[in-house]
Amino acid sequence: MPAAYKFFAEFAQTWGLLYFVGVFLVVLLYALAPSRKERFDAAARMPLQED
Amino acid sequence: MAHTATTSKGMTFGEAGSALAFGALAFLSIIIAAKAYTPEYAFHAYLFAAASVASVFVIVNRYYERPAALPPLTINGKPNYNMGPVKFATIASVIWGIAGFTIGLLIALQLAFPSLNFDTSWLSFGRMRPLHTSAVIFAFGGNVLIASSFYVVQRTCRARLVGDISPWFVVLGYNFFIVIAGTGYLLGITQGKEYAEPEWYADLFLTIVWVTYFLVFLGTVMRRKESHIYVANWFYLAFILTIAVLHLGNNATVPVSIFSPKSYIVWSGVQDALVQWWYGHNAVGFFLTAGFLAIMYYFIPKRAERPVYSYRLSIIHFWSLIFMYIWAGPHHLHYTALPDWAQTLGMVFSVMLWMPSWGGMINGLMTLSGAWDKLRTDPVLRLMVVSVAFYGMATFEGPLMSVKAVNSLSHYTDWTIGHVHAGALGWVAYISFGAVYCLVPWLWNKKELYSMKAVSWHFWISTLGIVLYISSMWVAGILQGLMWRAYTNLGFLEYSFIETVEAMHPFYIIRALGGALFVAGSLIMAWNVWKTITSAEAAEEEALPAQPVLVAAE
Repeated sequence: MPAAYKFFAEFAQTWGLLYFVGVFLVVLLYALAPSRKERFDAAARMPLQED
Repeated sequence: MAHTATTSKGMTFGEAGSALAFGALAFLSIIIAAKAYTPEYAFHAYLFAAASVASVFVIVNRYYERPAALPPLTINGKPNYNMGPVKFATIASVIWGIAGFTIGLLIALQLAFPSLNFDTSWLSFGRMRPLHTSAVIFAFGGNVLIASSFYVVQRTCRARLVGDISPWFVVLGYNFFIVIAGTGYLLGITQGKEYAEPEWYADLFLTIVWVTYFLVFLGTVMRRKESHIYVANWFYLAFILTIAVLHLGNNATVPVSIFSPKSYIVWSGVQDALVQWWYGHNAVGFFLTAGFLAIMYYFIPKRAERPVYSYRLSIIHFWSLIFMYIWAGPHHLHYTALPDWAQTLGMVFSVMLWMPSWGGMINGLMTLSGAWDKLRTDPVLRLMVVSVAFYGMATFEGPLMSVKAVNSLSHYTDWTIGHVHAGALGWVAYISFGAVYCLVPWLWNKKELYSMKAVSWHFWISTLGIVLYISSMWVAGILQGLMWRAYTNLGFLEYSFIETVEAMHPFYIIRALGGALFVAGSLIMAWNVWKTITSAEAAEEEALPAQPVLVAAE
């Protein structure tokens, strides 16, 4: 089993880390893209709309 | 729409199917009751049988009473919201809240005065404590979450709840599960896993209820008239989906027999402990945090009449929170048989969690920018803002306590109890009270609550209670931790265990006093809710005299 542990630990510490950083960057890009500003400003007001 | 009165009336698939399913469940329950190994299990089987028979009766009766056509999705172009199940869950949450807080007060008093268990097994601390935690988390909190999620998803999607029987099955089925779980603890039926005490048959039933909940919620989101899915719905979805996964993972048990309440988990030893705290901490993360953050993101903007401070921050908040929470569980197992690296992993993710938590807190608080004066005039908004402040405090304290050096002092002491209650009383209960105070006038079509003064009283009385509770537990916990680790210069433990228990006595009394104040506050709320619902005035009647009131045709 030590070999398996080593394999998984190395995998998590390299590709796992990169995967998380990548996902986080995608979220940042999605949230902060200037093209979505208007859409998100409208979304921020959604609770205030009445029928 | 061309159908007229000649439309022939027929049972829907849902009505016929659920009536048949309940009929089969009644039959199965009676067989189990007859052959059950223990009388406690037979009692539960009879409860299932009675509830199933009652369900068949209610479904068939409802079918004969209702008009041929099901309630329309829209009336005059406006969505025809289904608020009946929301009303039920709102009232249930108030009642369960009082029950749960009162049992909490009882066990707080038992710790100060042990004779208060009256020498009965039924009232012993070991049975009352899970009754308290389940009543406040799952019964009170769960009903607030179901009520508010069904309300918010309809309003922000501008769509009627999906399903006819299924929303009622979710609400009533969930509350029936609570009854089975709670009576089970009193009778001594438990898996012995913290926050996952209900045995296999209750777990199976909850799984069916929860999957239905997920489908109703998701179906309503898919039916939405708005293109964007509002952030509160994302939090609700994460809560519902993750709780389903956690529940299945931590309850992977094999019953001894279908006639026995006892089951054994497939994981063993330290693996079982890790799965348990993966479950346990994410019950905190996704039930007590994500779900109530959804409440924050809808009810605070609505009440303050201000848009969400930063919608972009709310998206970053959502994704980072759900990605990090899932790893934090091992901090419950510091210095145990769990591998060191797993403990460190749990600690690191817990510390990182501080960031998304505070991002969310800042987003909630800053939503009030431009409306801070409302804190002075609106006690409901004050409740919710103070809840977000407590959220910030508890999510700072949590990462701190997850650090192994701090945990070596705090673990197994009352500091943990104080921390949990800063989150549970300050954050979860306060945002829930705020949501209930908002929902009741909206749902029952009243202008405002019966008494704003009473809300103010509730706020101040229970805030005093929380302060007494958490400050006494801080002192008690740190004192306890220091006494446990104190050595004499000869290397012996300085204090015997019973001396540390004696030292806690005054703090336990202060804590019970805080709990009593919190119970008193919840009674004021129940009175206020009751008076609001039963008071004669209606908000819409004056404004729109000719318009029929827009409520769901039940």
